[in-house]
Amino acid sequence: MVVKVYGSAFACAKRVLICLVEKEIEFETVPVDIIKGEHKDPEYLKLQPFGVVPVIQDGDYTLFESRAIIRYYAEKYKSQGTDLLGKTIEERGVVEQWLEVEAQNYHPPIYNLALHVLFSDKMGFPADAKVIEESEKNLGKVLDIYEERLSKSKYLAGDFFSLADLSHIPFANYLGVMGKMYLIEERKHVSAWWDDISSRPSWKKVLEL
Amino acid sequence: MVVKVYGPDFASPKRVLVCLIEKEVEFETVPIDILKGQNKDPEFLKLQPFGVVPVIQDGDYTLFESRAIMRYYAEKYKSQGTDLLGKTIEERGVVEQWLEVEAQSYHPAIDNLVIEILLGRKRGITPDAKVIEESEKKLAKVLDIYEERLSKSKYLAGDFFSLADLSHLPFTKYLADMGKMYLIEERKHVKAWWDDISNRPSWKKVSSSRWPLLE
Repeated sequence: MVVKVYGSAFACAKRVLICLVEKEIEFETVPVDIIKGEHKDPEYLKLQPFGVVPVIQDGDYTLFESRAIIRYYAEKYKSQGTDLLGKTIEERGVVEQWLEVEAQNYHPPIYNLALHVLFSDKMGFPADAKVIEESEKNLGKVLDIYEERLSKSKYLAGDFFSLADLSHIPFANYLGVMGKMYLIEERKHVSAWWDDISSRPSWKKVLEL
Repeated sequence: MVVKVYGPDFASPKRVLVCLIEKEVEFETVPIDILKGQNKDPEFLKLQPFGVVPVIQDGDYTLFESRAIMRYYAEKYKSQGTDLLGKTIEERGVVEQWLEVEAQSYHPAIDNLVIEILLGRKRGITPDAKVIEESEKKLAKVLDIYEERLSKSKYLAGDFFSLADLSHLPFTKYLADMGKMYLIEERKHVKAWWDDISNRPSWKKVSSSRWPLLE
């Protein structure tokens, strides 16, 4: 029985897909049509009570929240595929630190940017120029700190690609779609890091799905 | 050499303090006066480049982000004190799920209320009524889902107290400071859960220690 990943068209779900490919775990995808409101169907809410994507079903085991799902698979299959958690508990701590940074500092502004620039029309609300301006400013400040970090460290958690780097990929990709890739490209070490992680076969595979 | 925890006066570091007590790990605290801007000192920024608290120093090892620090200690000291991660990888997965819910859905709403009401009060800034109303509405929706979950499960991740429940303690206390405890008390199972977790000796110790900066 393979892992089922719901909502694979969406960025948050893509974190899970990249992780499963890196860990060499078979999966199948189940579409969830958010425009049609499928994420609010009673059947879906039984799986994910907050009515968002992704959620996975692995036999009887159900799990939601993309960063919880990637931690689960990275740990369960530690000995196969890419090691995404580091070799020691201390290395894992640093992975967790930068994964929290992604969730708390990077994600909110980039999510707001994508929401207002790319999805406001589809979702039926006016794009708020003030939100866009502030989000871009906040994202810039975060990326300045990344620039400093990545000038000393090849990847965020050290010299190895980890869940911390992986978690950035799907939303960073939206910067290209929004014509805001300069935020990455203007920063030498962030740009080199992005070129590296976005060239991984796992991301190329996920883009083709 | 004991673990040093920076910024004990503030809510996020309190997650770490509760965790260390549950894991029976000795620590000392280093105060950071955020209202005076100590968190933006170059020396502090070397430890925590985002200029926020907490950060810990454990010998040569430095770590920031309260939930990362909790996960680290919960795993490193798994065999002592309270097991905060569950017994199996599957149980840990469910702990991580609800810890992410706390971080993504619960925390931002409460944090907005704290910033507008408590920090605003401190800084003499008029709270934004619209932000307060929207944040309270979001928080209520999240708590409705918690009510459903906790009607079937004693704690968020199952029948055991875990990092997922622990992570809620410090900011939920602020609801009382803001006169908004009805959000918890109006929901039968959420209330029972809160009464249980807030009566743990670890929380009683951390919450009763004098932290004067946000009084």
